[in-house]
Amino acid sequence: MIEGILIGLTTALTLQNILMVMLGCFFGTIIGMLPGLGPMTAIALMIPITYGFDPATGLILMAGVYYGAVFGGSTSSILLNAPGVPGTVATSFDGYPMAQQGKAGKALAIAAWSSFAGGTLSAIYLLFMAPSLSKVSLSFRSPDYFALMILGLTAIAAFSSKGQFLKAMMMVVLGLMLASVGQDSLSDITRFTFNNMNLTDGISFVLVVMATFAMSEALTIILKRNDPTSAAKQVSLTELGSIKINKEERTKMYKTIPRSSVIGFLIGVLPGAGATIASFLAYGMERNIVNDEEKEKFGKGSVNGLSAPETANNAACSGSFVPMLTLGIPGSGTTAVMLGALLGFGVQPGPRLYMTNPEIFWSIIMSMYIGMVILLILNLPLIPYIARILAVPKNYLIPLILFFSITGIYVMSFNNFDIYLMIGIAIVATFMRLYDFPMPPLILAFVLGGLMEENLRRSLLLSNGSWEFLWDRTLTACILLTTILIVVWHIYKTMFKKSNA
Amino acid sequence: MNINTTKVISLLFFIFSAFYLYTAYQIQVFAFDENAPFNARTFPIYLGYAGLFFSGLKLILPDPNTIKVQHKTLEYKKTVILIVIAIIYGATILKVGYFLTTSLFLFSSYYFLGERRWVLMFLLSFPFVAAFMYLLHGVLDIYLRDPFLQSIGVMG
Repeated sequence: MIEGILIGLTTALTLQNILMVMLGCFFGTIIGMLPGLGPMTAIALMIPITYGFDPATGLILMAGVYYGAVFGGSTSSILLNAPGVPGTVATSFDGYPMAQQGKAGKALAIAAWSSFAGGTLSAIYLLFMAPSLSKVSLSFRSPDYFALMILGLTAIAAFSSKGQFLKAMMMVVLGLMLASVGQDSLSDITRFTFNNMNLTDGISFVLVVMATFAMSEALTIILKRNDPTSAAKQVSLTELGSIKINKEERTKMYKTIPRSSVIGFLIGVLPGAGATIASFLAYGMERNIVNDEEKEKFGKGSVNGLSAPETANNAACSGSFVPMLTLGIPGSGTTAVMLGALLGFGVQPGPRLYMTNPEIFWSIIMSMYIGMVILLILNLPLIPYIARILAVPKNYLIPLILFFSITGIYVMSFNNFDIYLMIGIAIVATFMRLYDFPMPPLILAFVLGGLMEENLRRSLLLSNGSWEFLWDRTLTACILLTTILIVVWHIYKTMFKKSNA
Repeated sequence: MNINTTKVISLLFFIFSAFYLYTAYQIQVFAFDENAPFNARTFPIYLGYAGLFFSGLKLILPDPNTIKVQHKTLEYKKTVILIVIAIIYGATILKVGYFLTTSLFLFSSYYFLGERRWVLMFLLSFPFVAAFMYLLHGVLDIYLRDPFLQSIGVMG
């Protein structure tokens, strides 16, 4: 391993590769900040450029873009409540309320430090645990994945505050329903398209997230403009606040970061799970671990609530490299794009990558450390400038949010049907938000819908239509048992509190 | 009569789920797939029933946290205007092109939201869109069809 680390350091510390990490982080942060343009778009745009470099340099550049875009996504989640990528949706739960309280600078600093710590810790885990973790990941079968997704969706519904469990479950079902629109992945049979060709490929994730977050947020701000109790209060530059993190907040982060980085990394390793589930699970776990007083702050600007998903989503980014590098199976959509690029270089990822191209494997791991340091150096001093976006008055900010949302959709399809669809979904979402129907469960369900169906299909086909697969394997049964415990615990707690009241 | 809007939304969701379930049963599958343990309509059927179950529960169970929205304080007029502008934007973007429609969309949105600083409104619409368009089209090589700019010879 020492030899590998030295090979990695030699490759990663060349002037060209350090420059690539810097450029990647900077470019990724800018792209990630723009609602609608996430890491996948940023990396896809990088692919033609990387073909001019050797594989290690190309991958180092893309890895830098990946981390930068994830951090940039957190910035727009905190400042605009407009997560560009699903992995940063959970960041907005507490990041945005914190910004509304005039602590935007602090929220960004907590996000930066948590991202740094999460990324660095997970790079260490990756270094030591990559071989054994790939074996754990290999042991997961379709029933386990199906159960894991049920757990993720139930957990997010349970995270919703008191009295919202059923509303959240309705949003989960709605998200899964939206995901079912378009061609069936196996048979290519079209479903719920009503003979409209524009729906054949399904509804894009970016469209749904832009409609339910950015656009409906903008509409809610206008709608509640005259409401004195409005929750849609927009942050302003005068309320930016300091970027300094005090001792009490640091103490909270010291506890949150290690556990969130572990959960983020482990979830990131599982193919298909990635930063989204990791951030939601870390958020939920943190909420369940902290004391009742701190729990009350969740959703209102909690330090733990912001630090946990930020740590986890960056840890999951590193984790998602494990199956890609060691098994040739991408751990997320973004690493799938990177896998395509790797194949384009003529490099075959898999267990033999250690032997055939050790410089690629180890230099990516080493560049993760360098990338995290650069991201921190780049982002912390830039926070006051990044936060200048808050200075934009509402009269300008709202049309600009709508502009970025609509442009984000338009440049993906060059189709005005998607614009109409986005407006339609945004109107429904705005109306439902007024009545406290939570949007994050819908988004998570929409992202997981295809995977969930795929794993249910495989499980049912393998068990010949029997539902016994749910308890046949110990791992599946344990995950489902955890799900049941969450639901029962949640219902019990609600009833217990009600009877106390 | 005071109607609980959350219940009304739940009822609408119940009806929507029933329609979704009906449509799920209408999905045409291949003949050899008809009796398979899993086909294209299996998952949507489960979803339809799940929708009926959860919205049904919400309908029949008491609602301890009734949400009361003060409709009088809500700014419906400006919201509807902005939605209409966005729809017009969608209807014209392909025919007129990205630059002019987006600039006019931004300019009119600022105006209807009450902004009257004309110079700033102009700067944050036409030149702003031109710069953004250059970033997309010129730097990132994302092709943006623009009949208007083509007609005046700015774009090839």
